[in-house]
Amino acid sequence: MKVSVDQEKCCAAGHCALAAPEVFDQREEDGAVVLLDPRPPLALRDGVAEASFLCPAAAIAVED
Amino acid sequence: MDRTDEIRDYPELRAAACPFSPPPGYEELRERSAVTRVRMWDGSTPFLVTGYHEARAVLGDSRFSADGTHKGMPRFTKFEVPAEVFNLGRMDDPEHARIRRMLTAHFTIRRTEAMRPMIQGIVDGLLDRLIAEGPPADLVADFAFPLPSQVIAVMLGVSDADFAEFQRASQGVMDFTVSTEEMGAALGVMVDYVSRMCAAKRAAPGDDLLSRLIVDQELTGGLTQQQVVATALVLLLAGHETTANMIALSSVLLLRHPEQLARLRADPGLMPNAVDELLRYITIVQEGTGRVAAEDVEVGGVQIPAGEGLIINLPSANRDPHFADAHELDLGRPNAREHIGFGFGVHQCLGQTLARVELQIALETLLRRLPALRLEVPLDDLAFLYESMNFGVARVPVAW
Repeated sequence: MKVSVDQEKCCAAGHCALAAPEVFDQREEDGAVVLLDPRPPLALRDGVAEASFLCPAAAIAVED
Repeated sequence: MDRTDEIRDYPELRAAACPFSPPPGYEELRERSAVTRVRMWDGSTPFLVTGYHEARAVLGDSRFSADGTHKGMPRFTKFEVPAEVFNLGRMDDPEHARIRRMLTAHFTIRRTEAMRPMIQGIVDGLLDRLIAEGPPADLVADFAFPLPSQVIAVMLGVSDADFAEFQRASQGVMDFTVSTEEMGAALGVMVDYVSRMCAAKRAAPGDDLLSRLIVDQELTGGLTQQQVVATALVLLLAGHETTANMIALSSVLLLRHPEQLARLRADPGLMPNAVDELLRYITIVQEGTGRVAAEDVEVGGVQIPAGEGLIINLPSANRDPHFADAHELDLGRPNAREHIGFGFGVHQCLGQTLARVELQIALETLLRRLPALRLEVPLDDLAFLYESMNFGVARVPVAW
């Protein structure tokens, strides 16, 4: 699983940091997404998929 | 061929027999065509979007503009907000993103979690007084309304001395049943109030959101003085009545579903999911969210020509079959969080994390401290606000 994020698109809603806190965090200065792990283990697949689906700005891309 | 007789009027009202469900007419529309024309009070015929996937498609697509000055934008009331009062929700990127980014730091998961003790303190203070005075009480006036306004007041740095005036001013602006003149006057009072608050912060900045906005943005040229006032106004209004209505309506709904209430009491860990299910089920933003097609776009098999307006009805989208047994309240619903009660796209509610935490704390504490809470009147006697922009209830008489 390969994850990428677009900090420019991000609108800092925070869904990703709740759905998969091992993979996503929020930047202190403006809450924009921070990718902690671009190659998360398969065990985190559901959380990452949820983060990607919930993201209102389509800022998270996931490749298998 | 003119088939205007088939175009339904918008908005329809919730059925009094079923106040927590969207108007039944939207259900029919969604099943027939999730994107269809409706007629507004001013004769305009924008498209109404009632389906979940279609709503996400529109709200998540930058080809649909949120610009409130666009002439194709659906108008829900006769009242026109003066041009100098900008609204973050009625602007497009990149200017919208630039200003939103100035605020998002204050609403992150981490910052909001850190506010839990402050919010818990306000909730306990309100319930202490309620309990000391004894039943009956009005859950709206005595609990649901003061909580979010006290929280946003702390965040913005409203002084205790100013609090009553602040609350009066913001209530005046949220009453959409008043005349155009009254609305204009109420808005004027609010703008005056916020302008004075900004002047005070400018003279003596504190450690609050408004002071940060003035020091970091206004004084560096990022925002004009007028824009700071407008931004503060948006935060005040957006976070106040909405959260209050959700607290009051959620309490009523839980009391009407004793089996769900028992489940929640038995498993307090269910609360975060329960709050999202309540947000999905109730979806107070009932009037609709407006957009305008900036170019020709197809949505749900319907061609939307450039310049045409759209209304996205969130309550209807949240009862789409995307949610299994969508009309059932299920506090353990696995995909409750997928609701779009806070909207979708780059305009999705800035304060949603704060709203969730306020609701979690308010409901958890209410149920724990008043285990025998009950409605004092039958459901039919509650004054639900069917016609207001945001669904609500005027009074909730309770005893315990």
